[in-house]
Amino acid sequence: MSGTTDMILVDKDGKRIDGRMPEEHRAVKIEAGVLANADGSAYVEIGKNKVLAAVYGPRECHPRHLQDPTKAIIQCKYNMQTYSVSDRKRPGTDRRSVEISKITAEALEKVVLTELYPRASIDVYIEILQANAGTRCAGLTAASVALADAGIPMRDIIPSIAAGKADGHVLLDLNKEEDNFGQADVPLAIVPSTNEIVLLQMDGNMTRQEFDKAIELAVGGCHDLYKLQKEALLKRYGDGGDSDE
Amino acid sequence: MSNQVISEIRRDHILNLLKDGRRTDGRKVDDFRKIKFETGIIESADGSAVVEIGKTKVTAGVKIMPGTPFGDTPNMGVLTTGAELIPMAHPSFESGPPGADSIELARVVDRGIRESGMIDMSKLCIKEGEEVWMCFLDLYAINYDGNLFDAFTLASVLALKTAIIPNEQYGKGENKPLPITCIPISATAAKVGSSLILDPNFDEEHISSARLTVTTDDDGNFRAMQKGGQGSITLDELSRCLDMAVAKGKEIRELIG
Repeated sequence: MSGTTDMILVDKDGKRIDGRMPEEHRAVKIEAGVLANADGSAYVEIGKNKVLAAVYGPRECHPRHLQDPTKAIIQCKYNMQTYSVSDRKRPGTDRRSVEISKITAEALEKVVLTELYPRASIDVYIEILQANAGTRCAGLTAASVALADAGIPMRDIIPSIAAGKADGHVLLDLNKEEDNFGQADVPLAIVPSTNEIVLLQMDGNMTRQEFDKAIELAVGGCHDLYKLQKEALLKRYGDGGDSDE
Repeated sequence: MSNQVISEIRRDHILNLLKDGRRTDGRKVDDFRKIKFETGIIESADGSAVVEIGKTKVTAGVKIMPGTPFGDTPNMGVLTTGAELIPMAHPSFESGPPGADSIELARVVDRGIRESGMIDMSKLCIKEGEEVWMCFLDLYAINYDGNLFDAFTLASVLALKTAIIPNEQYGKGENKPLPITCIPISATAAKVGSSLILDPNFDEEHISSARLTVTTDDDGNFRAMQKGGQGSITLDELSRCLDMAVAKGKEIRELIG
């Protein structure tokens, strides 16, 4: 957001450096049930982002003082692997990952029927294998599928995608160059059946008009991802799927 | 911010009043509590402020010192923001390293200041690639009664706005004011029942299902946002939050002058 460049991010025909149009998201691949040990798991690629999510639980909550006698708590750990970015990332938890873990867990709370599992913990692990802008959205998209794969009752599945602004154009699903040299980034997650917002952040500089456009694009993108999330689950569990459970 | 439980009777009281658009302290839904502030309270800091929003009280202090720039921004100054929820401020706060709440607070405040370009970082370069001014902005909750996001942002803005680059201390000539370009103001709305209320107090914050912090600049453009809480907000509610944040930003900007 802070960088400057002579690079033209959107050409005069409205085409972006990776050939997409402003309202187009990157290629998406979603696979449910990819890990043997986890109760639920998912693998998501969106553009060059590669993300794994695993769910353990509902299981006994540790540390015990976090237990809630009325419902399960969702504990999320978002982690970027050291080789996921161009300069090696220092391993371990940093402030950014603490914040992302917090807002991801809060977003999931809205759809998971936590009241069914008092005192329990539902642990969600998100590992970023490769990062190319939009990893928190990819992580949440994967985590939702992993929760469904774990058979945890949910009101809906959450898709998440960012919109933003680069070269003065409002764009869906910024890639790394657009994110680095653009003017704004708006990660969004919704409950698709109601369009309620469960995750929203924004940084950069946007007028009301630009922001409204960004939300419109991101809501549309979320609905696209929602279809792919359901397809991934159908592929695993629907007719003709190779479910082993 | 803490896991405090609000009694059913108090919760019902707040919700019942809100049905008529009223609040327990007599405010309207889009009213802030009384804001008081003072700058330059700490002489050993290069900039400082204390802010009260109702009974919520916070301090902010800036220390500015020469340091090495980041490799990818060799001619830009550095801003680092920390927030601490010290046990003095509320019985539910514990000492120890910053938890997720204080990290989120610090990052949301930081984002508003950074993304608004409030500090002209390009003027904080001493020698390209070698030495730049680093601004350490530290925030402390002194008394917690809700809405630390806005109290911390306002205190930060006031401390930075009045901060001095301590050239003399480091033998670099005369002291100069920190280069400021605009005044970012945040306004936080909480969703309580089906109502949206600005500047939630402790009780309102603890029965709210979601919150949205929106930081605007001098032109009323959006510079940072953060949704929090386990609930959701509708697109219509989002739109109302944005309107309220622009109006309140203007009002508070006038108040601090």
